[in-house]
Amino acid sequence: MAGSRSPLRRLLQGIWQNKKARAGAILVGFFALVALVGPWLVGDPQSFDALPLSPPSADYWMGTTGQGQDVLAQTVHGSRQTLLVAVIAGLGVVLLGALIGGIAGFFGGWIDDVLGVITNIFLVMPGLPLMVILAAWLPPGPSTMVGVLVATGWAWNARVLRSKVLSLRKADFVQAAVIGGEPALSVLFREILPNMLSLLMTSFIGATIYAIGAQVGLEFIGLGDPSSVTWGTNLYWARNDSALLMGAWWTFVPAGLAIALVGFGLTLLNFGIDEVTNPRLRSEREWQQKLGVPAGHRPETVVVRHD
Amino acid sequence: MIGVLRYAFRRLGFYAIAAWGAITLNFFLPRMMPGDPASTLFGRFEGRMEPEALERLQDLLGYGDGSIFTQYVVYLKSLFQGELGTSIAYFPEPVFNVIRSGMAWTLLLAGTAVVIAFLLGSLLGALAAWNRGGKLDNWAPASFALLGAFPYFWMAMLASYVFAFQLEWFPIRHAYGANVEPGWTWSFFESVITHLFLPALTMVIASLAGWMLMMRSTMIQVLGEKSIRYARARGISERRVFLQYAVRNAILPSLTSFGMALGFVVSGALLTEIIFSYPGEGYLLIQAVQTQDYPLLQGLFLAITLSVLAANFFVDILTAVFDPRTR
Repeated sequence: MAGSRSPLRRLLQGIWQNKKARAGAILVGFFALVALVGPWLVGDPQSFDALPLSPPSADYWMGTTGQGQDVLAQTVHGSRQTLLVAVIAGLGVVLLGALIGGIAGFFGGWIDDVLGVITNIFLVMPGLPLMVILAAWLPPGPSTMVGVLVATGWAWNARVLRSKVLSLRKADFVQAAVIGGEPALSVLFREILPNMLSLLMTSFIGATIYAIGAQVGLEFIGLGDPSSVTWGTNLYWARNDSALLMGAWWTFVPAGLAIALVGFGLTLLNFGIDEVTNPRLRSEREWQQKLGVPAGHRPETVVVRHD
Repeated sequence: MIGVLRYAFRRLGFYAIAAWGAITLNFFLPRMMPGDPASTLFGRFEGRMEPEALERLQDLLGYGDGSIFTQYVVYLKSLFQGELGTSIAYFPEPVFNVIRSGMAWTLLLAGTAVVIAFLLGSLLGALAAWNRGGKLDNWAPASFALLGAFPYFWMAMLASYVFAFQLEWFPIRHAYGANVEPGWTWSFFESVITHLFLPALTMVIASLAGWMLMMRSTMIQVLGEKSIRYARARGISERRVFLQYAVRNAILPSLTSFGMALGFVVSGALLTEIIFSYPGEGYLLIQAVQTQDYPLLQGLFLAITLSVLAANFFVDILTAVFDPRTR
């Protein structure tokens, strides 16, 4: 291994060399680019001057909505807030999850018990009704959305990160830091968390996928800000303008496809990172390359396919 | 048996805490919120409602008299009497009755979808693991991951557009036709099934992938165990090894996470109901959001959450009976 390169850089390089991860990164990168520069390239998503519900044509590549807005402009503009809120909420979910899971796993004892019960309660509660009552009482807007998504989404991450912290807690270098008199929180944030970088990364991606889905669902019910342009509100208006009844498939297909492609790209990226960083999967692949045997012939080796 | 009972009590304690948490959150939420949506609400009720009924609603939403503690006690007392206030969307119907009217339909839809998805997904996952590297194993995970990336309700929208609106193979909305009387008749039963088919199908497609991937990975582990080799060495037929040795052991972890998945499934069912105007709790939920019917909204939150907790408890006990390792 080239020792001079930083672990993060090596990780990123490994990810790029993995076929799945690269496909995912390209897909996600495309939508990030659309969100970044797209809004300057298309028309105003809120102008009502076109004929309502006209099908895709040379003038309007994706047709128009029930109120005569350009669907292409709406989809492109919608990517910005949707993805921004999802990324911020994803970060928030991982931070809160790492904080609660980290404290539970690091300190153990009654702290772990109490936090464990709270985490499990949030895990068994059905997400949507909880999000709905939180969002219903708060003023609609992106910050409410982020708050609601973080408040309802952190528990799964807390559980996953806790078990990782628990196992790292016993590692020699952590023991050494504890004995050396480093304060507990500093051990947690300086010694333990940096050593679970890839898990934090996959957790963040997973949380972002969750945040896109939950956000879109809430906005579809009408708990977003209906005057803003996002993929969720586009779908909300498609339903409100009776798109199905009028046969206007072009009002809801673009937003749904965009959501699915971003989600699929993120999932691929996660699969790939897992393959690159999970030593069990890596060793299986190395063996495979050496022996030239497909995985199917050795059922005793562990899990998940690659390529 | 004693072990199961002790486990049951422990779980009961956990769910009691969870239920108390939900009930308490429901109490404090309206009181903590910025602004004063409740006053507008009472304004809309003024004159339409008996003064006593209005007072009970105020108690419920936290605008009653006395300290916060006495308010909390009053709130708990009325909850135990099934008193959830009066609905605005369905005025003057009590919230309790409105929620009860939708419960059966949500149970039917979510129950059908989750059972079919679980059985079918687990079977596909087991077959994929059994024929490792085969066609199913190569293609299914990736294509299901793509399918799973679409939002539940969007799949429902697309299915409704193609199969109900365009092809007219299935009814567009509601749980049974307007021309049939509810009752134990064949025509009613038939109508319910044709109305259920499309919403349940979209939910199954959207949730199949999770079950399949989970079953596949546990199945691969189980297949690597010595008991399987031993069974084969003894000359037991492949079919029996598959069903009685491998699947039977591999399905237990899936069953354990069945409870955890319920919350997710119910959320999906709520959104699917909205697309198909299926008269369950999800349909009520969107009515409540659109009319800002806070009493109904809060009642729905409690009813759905408590039902999911109860279902989880039931699944826990069931798994404990089948799988001693979980106790």
